[in-house]
Amino acid sequence: MASTFEAQAPTTTPEVGGMGHSRKRVEDARFIRGAGTYIDDINLPGQLWLDIVRSPYAHARIKSIDDSEAMKVPGVAAVITGKALETYGLHWMPTLAGDKQMVLPTDTVLFQSQEVAAVIATSRYAAADGVAAVVVDYEPLEVVVDPYKAMEPGAPVLRPDRGEDQQNNHIWHWESGDSDATDAALAGSAMRIKEHIYLPRIHVASIETCGCVADWDAINGHLTLHMTSQAPHVIRTVLAIVAAGAGLPIPEHKIRVKTHDIGGGFGGKVPAYPGYVLAVAASFLTGKPVKWIEDRSENLQADSFARDYHIDAELGVSAEGRITGLKVKTLADHGAFDSQAAPLKFHAGLFNVITGSYDYPNAFVEVDGVYTNKPPGGVAYRCSFRVTEAVHAIERLVDIAAHERGEDPAEFRLRNFIPPEKFPYMSPTGWEYDSGDYGAALRKAMDIIGYAELRREQAEKRAKGELMGIGICSFTEIVGAGPSHDFDIVGLKMNDGAELRVHPTGKALLRIGSQTQGQGHETTYAQIVAEELGIPAADVAVEYGDTDTAPYGLGTYGSRSTPVSGAATAMASRKVRDKARKLAAHLLEASEDDLEWTNGKFSVKGSPDRSSTIQEIAFAAYTNFPKGMEMGLEAVDYYDPPNLTYPFGSYICVVDIDKGTGQVKVRRFVAVDDCGNIINPMIVEGQIHGGLTQGLAPALYEEITYDEQGNNLAGTFLDYLVPTAMETPAWETGKTITPSPHHPLGAKGVGESATVGAPPAIANAVVDALWHLGVRNIDIPITPQKVWAILNEKGATG
Amino acid sequence: MTTQHITLTVNGEVREADVEPRLLLVHLIRDVFGLTGTHIGCDTSHCGACTVHVNGISAKACTMLAVQADGAAIKTIEGMADGATLHPLQQGFWDQHGLQCGFCTPGMIMQAASLLAENPDPSEAEIRVGISGNLCRCTGYVNIVKAIQQAAGEMRAAAEVPAPEAAAAAS
Repeated sequence: MASTFEAQAPTTTPEVGGMGHSRKRVEDARFIRGAGTYIDDINLPGQLWLDIVRSPYAHARIKSIDDSEAMKVPGVAAVITGKALETYGLHWMPTLAGDKQMVLPTDTVLFQSQEVAAVIATSRYAAADGVAAVVVDYEPLEVVVDPYKAMEPGAPVLRPDRGEDQQNNHIWHWESGDSDATDAALAGSAMRIKEHIYLPRIHVASIETCGCVADWDAINGHLTLHMTSQAPHVIRTVLAIVAAGAGLPIPEHKIRVKTHDIGGGFGGKVPAYPGYVLAVAASFLTGKPVKWIEDRSENLQADSFARDYHIDAELGVSAEGRITGLKVKTLADHGAFDSQAAPLKFHAGLFNVITGSYDYPNAFVEVDGVYTNKPPGGVAYRCSFRVTEAVHAIERLVDIAAHERGEDPAEFRLRNFIPPEKFPYMSPTGWEYDSGDYGAALRKAMDIIGYAELRREQAEKRAKGELMGIGICSFTEIVGAGPSHDFDIVGLKMNDGAELRVHPTGKALLRIGSQTQGQGHETTYAQIVAEELGIPAADVAVEYGDTDTAPYGLGTYGSRSTPVSGAATAMASRKVRDKARKLAAHLLEASEDDLEWTNGKFSVKGSPDRSSTIQEIAFAAYTNFPKGMEMGLEAVDYYDPPNLTYPFGSYICVVDIDKGTGQVKVRRFVAVDDCGNIINPMIVEGQIHGGLTQGLAPALYEEITYDEQGNNLAGTFLDYLVPTAMETPAWETGKTITPSPHHPLGAKGVGESATVGAPPAIANAVVDALWHLGVRNIDIPITPQKVWAILNEKGATG
Repeated sequence: MTTQHITLTVNGEVREADVEPRLLLVHLIRDVFGLTGTHIGCDTSHCGACTVHVNGISAKACTMLAVQADGAAIKTIEGMADGATLHPLQQGFWDQHGLQCGFCTPGMIMQAASLLAENPDPSEAEIRVGISGNLCRCTGYVNIVKAIQQAAGEMRAAAEVPAPEAAAAAS
């Protein structure tokens, strides 16, 4: 297994451990001992348990809810229904997308497994017994599963609560680019590639499900909410707004959200789910702490979903093999409530980055959001706001175009890439790509995998009737939301804070507004401080996930931690350094202008013997500071990024297909990533491994499907196939480094690149293996059944 | 509901409890004994986050009733380190970056320990089969395989070094 993963040359010693060092993770000390604190590990004195009655129907009217038997179950303290919440105005809650979502229904359920009532009891088991004893009488209604049918006249209107203006199931229309210019460009193209591509509904399925412990302190009027959230500050603010709307005395300064350790997030722990609100309401009602922990089946059946994009796309190509334009029309299935966590201005997220890594002037993209009788859709699955859908579409189209031309897909890409000298590059849909060298990444991937030799092997195998395919994906990501002029979540600008305090003995405490769910922030953020101040990373404690102490931040998703919160950390460190310079000038009796900063100390230019280390300066900040200066050495920074960052990479996948079974085997997979400057290469490579596996998963295995009655057909791990170590190949990685020109560290973010880049590489490899049989596209997941059916139809199973 | 009295050892310590016959072993370990290193990640025995050792063999603690463990010796992740000295698998996971969010890690380590007890020198393919009942959503398994390989090497090396008394007797 090849790995060429190293960072840019470090500027600090391993003892200091700044950027570029593979520092071992400090958080692992507790995790490997089983001493982490995940949500279900928290138990408070007097705690009650909450469990949820869920609908067996995808669309039904609730005729009655009878809790009389449930209330007889030993240990059951209360049953909460929508009607009860309605008296507080708490039966609906706002979503992060500007829609609203039922906490509990008062009359109609809109998807299978929707929350119908909550049972509060003295134990986990008693609550489950109570759920089983609640009797709900439903009147089934017509179910709308297919978003195209949902858009037809006469389809049942699923959201009459939105008022008389909502006469159909259309949520919003969103478009980007120049329609007329794109039509003209396509009309004049020698070749027009049209394809329908479906990105199926999938679920992040973090191994820890969602949950919370709500702890209302009636005496002090204070709420502590321990919960699984990737965005604790946003949750606090939304809770305060909801409480104010309901007339409840829970103002924001009396709400404390604590996240503790989170067992994976991937976007699924960004939204506010009804369970959280119910636990808060139950704690308020009972005056006791209330715990809610999802089962896996509840998690897979009711939490927000990703993808579900039905894409019609057309790519124009000139006779010379240059891309001329791209036109895209998409239907986005958002389920019953639009609860995506997208910036308010971007209904389809950053989907219009769909023009990809290629240089052409014309594009037009339109997306229509639709309500159906499914759980809320539109959260991420380890990707930045619809980028996976975009990259899959363009990378499939480009591959089809190359094959149609009878040309190697690598050659076609290399000809059409945005050349390095054109950066910063303005895309036809208005994104300013910050930096890139796409050809270098693709050529490196081709070198590592031995591309030419693989093509020879493929030709030999094809002559013998064997099915081998080679697939490429050259993606451009768009992450790090975002600049305040464009990006907000429910009005909150997507900036992040960092607060750095240097103690008298030279040790430091860093508090950040982003939130780790396995990314290793305790390790890497200390490395940023080490890089900027020369304080050894081991001397920097990193705190997050407590809204009482951490500075405000919009949280961790969309690969935004390093681009925004990491930048805030660098800038706070530089503010500390600015004050340190003044202190050093005082200590060294020199002018600030005569000082230079190297290796964690200020020295007098020309007199390197006269210097003060950062530790000496820190001590002086509390013991010997000049008259007129405030004591202490600390700084706060809220970072407003001037632009997004654009990580990129080229992936090459080799597959072998079993003609008898249709089974696709990923033989090799080389991922060359460029995420700019690297903070910790070990962690970056680990992120890529994980991202690749969450790309393999939807490419070959995972899909949430529904029957015509809206029954979830993949609602447990029996049917929702998360890859094990056996299906997962030994990933091979490489890198190029093209720093971001606008990020203070030159970094770009990396958590999601591989999830974005892997599926099209795999799909392209499968289609490459089958192209000679007349196959142009297979929608993911590419299951053995799908491939076998194609081979059978083509008479090619033998 | 009636309860049943059970006695078992957990990480070498004798523990007793009065439990409902339906109580899952994983809930006994977590909620009754307070050993929260053993996690719950699914409800169909697929994820392996709850893996512990029952009489020296790995078992998914969500798939056993507590009463079935009456008289058994249970080992959990909390019983793996010897004071400040980590088990070679714990060290391997740390050294090789074999974990990210850490939620699957205890189960993965317990399963790997069981695997190495059966097969001290597994191939990569044998490791991948051996941990295929444990799901990890973060790491992509590459570094978990490396972690188990590191631990296997160290454990084999330790087993080959003669104990001091034996070495003295032989000389």
